[in-house]
Amino acid sequence: MAAPALTTSKYAPYWQAAPIALIFAAFFLIPLAATVVVSFWEYTEYSIEPAFVSQNYLDVFDGCFADLPNLCVTFKTYLSTLKFCLIVWAITLVVGFTTSYFLAFHIKSLTVQMALFMVCTIPFWTSNVIRMISWIPLLGRNGLLNDFLLSTGLVTERQDWFLYSDFSVGLAFVHLFTPFMAVPIFNSMMRIDKALVEAAYDGGASTWQTLWNVIIPLCKPGIAIGSIFVITIVMGDYITIGVMGGQQIASIGKVIQVQMNYLQFPIAAANAVVLLILVLMIIFAMTKLVDIRKEL
Amino acid sequence: MHSEKRGPAFWFLAGFFGLYVLFLYGPMITIVVLSFQGPQGGLTFPMNGVSLFWFEKLFAGVGVVDIWTAFGRSFRLGLIVCILTVVISVMAGLAFRRKFRGAGLLFYVAIASLIVPSIVVSLGIGLEFRILDDVIKSLGNALGIEAIQRGYTTGMGIFTSGLGAHLTWTLPFGLLIMFAIFNRFNPSYEEAARDLGATPWQTFRHVVLPIIAPSLIGVGLFGFTLSWDELARSSQAMGAQNTLPMSLQGLTTTVTTPEIYALGTLTTAISFSVIAICFAAAILVQKRRARRGSDAGKGVV
Repeated sequence: MAAPALTTSKYAPYWQAAPIALIFAAFFLIPLAATVVVSFWEYTEYSIEPAFVSQNYLDVFDGCFADLPNLCVTFKTYLSTLKFCLIVWAITLVVGFTTSYFLAFHIKSLTVQMALFMVCTIPFWTSNVIRMISWIPLLGRNGLLNDFLLSTGLVTERQDWFLYSDFSVGLAFVHLFTPFMAVPIFNSMMRIDKALVEAAYDGGASTWQTLWNVIIPLCKPGIAIGSIFVITIVMGDYITIGVMGGQQIASIGKVIQVQMNYLQFPIAAANAVVLLILVLMIIFAMTKLVDIRKEL
Repeated sequence: MHSEKRGPAFWFLAGFFGLYVLFLYGPMITIVVLSFQGPQGGLTFPMNGVSLFWFEKLFAGVGVVDIWTAFGRSFRLGLIVCILTVVISVMAGLAFRRKFRGAGLLFYVAIASLIVPSIVVSLGIGLEFRILDDVIKSLGNALGIEAIQRGYTTGMGIFTSGLGAHLTWTLPFGLLIMFAIFNRFNPSYEEAARDLGATPWQTFRHVVLPIIAPSLIGVGLFGFTLSWDELARSSQAMGAQNTLPMSLQGLTTTVTTPEIYALGTLTTAISFSVIAICFAAAILVQKRRARRGSDAGKGVV
């Protein structure tokens, strides 16, 4: 951004950036450091003591490697969370891409385009918990879905597995987080020079060929950003899994939350550090695949 | 585009889009309808009459403990987060228009703050304040400061650790929007102002600010609504008090009447009102501008 100086002082950017830097330092960087430090502390039922022990990390993976053909609780939890991640990522990608594609390439009027885009993003500004609760009258035992299936004769008795199950958790994830995928993809698509698409068609490419060879490659940064959002949110989630899983389904986030509620901070911190490393590894892998900086 | 006529692809995609919008809004509409259940009605259809019974119950505060305190707290917190997000993001946005040392690092920290799992941020802030409390207490004991020994319990609270937790979530959005705003900003207006002898502050106050004002409404919208609905980062960072989303989450396991839908409807209504007000304000500013031409530099707005 080659902009002229707002003020003549060369120190201006420093005091202008100071508030945001201080807030990130105080409420993001130091807390992360505190988490790493506390993950090496000792704790008993009654107290937490500064120390430097690896016991918490050993406890996180207690017996995990010894029993390896069989999965320990920790591995099972991680596997379950990763499973949700993969499924939700795939669905949000398909849904987010398809809706964005329709908006970006099939709607000609910019006004209509922006209006429909707003329609898709407004739910982002409303409460997640309420959007979860709102599935209850639809999926519950006496919910609309059961009523509908009974009346059509597709099922003979009311189904219990629509709500408080893996199904409802996955559904809520897709419901809540598709905008995180759709918005960056839409943003990428709007930057594509329409002449490129024209050229592909003029050169005799079919719709699919154009999609696969022109549009998708140019959307990669948007897809990567959306994927990072969705994956990191699902990896650390404990609220959606809690509410929509009827507090019965495990996730890494939930393990951390439960440990915090029992004031077992050092092991919660160790779990948080492991989660953070895993998430950073996933993001690192994705940035190796796609250069995201082009998009920012 | 490829074909001027709307082919089957268009209608297929339009149908898909329509279903997606129904998927987005359908459940929300259901609970709005169900919040008007009759007094005998339950959590699911059919409607057992239509009434305002559950709203009355909600306003009377029966069954739901302390919901209005949480309501007020969340609203105040949302307003403060909104104002701080706008002011701090604008300052940071201005800073990033020029090169400064640490700019790259600051940018990556902002992005990291957006994507590090919220539970980790929340736990971290909780731990930070616990350690801080211990340090202050032991200092109080060591130095014999009576005020600390007697009165100090914790530094954690809605407007300290809680406010910070929310800002780590809203500021990255604010900063990214500011990047978008200043990317489109034509610097020749500023140059003109400076050439006419305006001080840096005058240039900002009477030229830059009026031009970017409509977009700042968007930043404020993010600030308020993201804070108003924030839950994941709040859980360990609010201390003893609850925000509205935290109370709501608690209610999901205990309340078995449409009262919770009434509360959901009310909360969503507030979100939608804020969104509507922001849009109306943005459109109004645009219209005024279109009517009068740009009023940048006239010192109004």
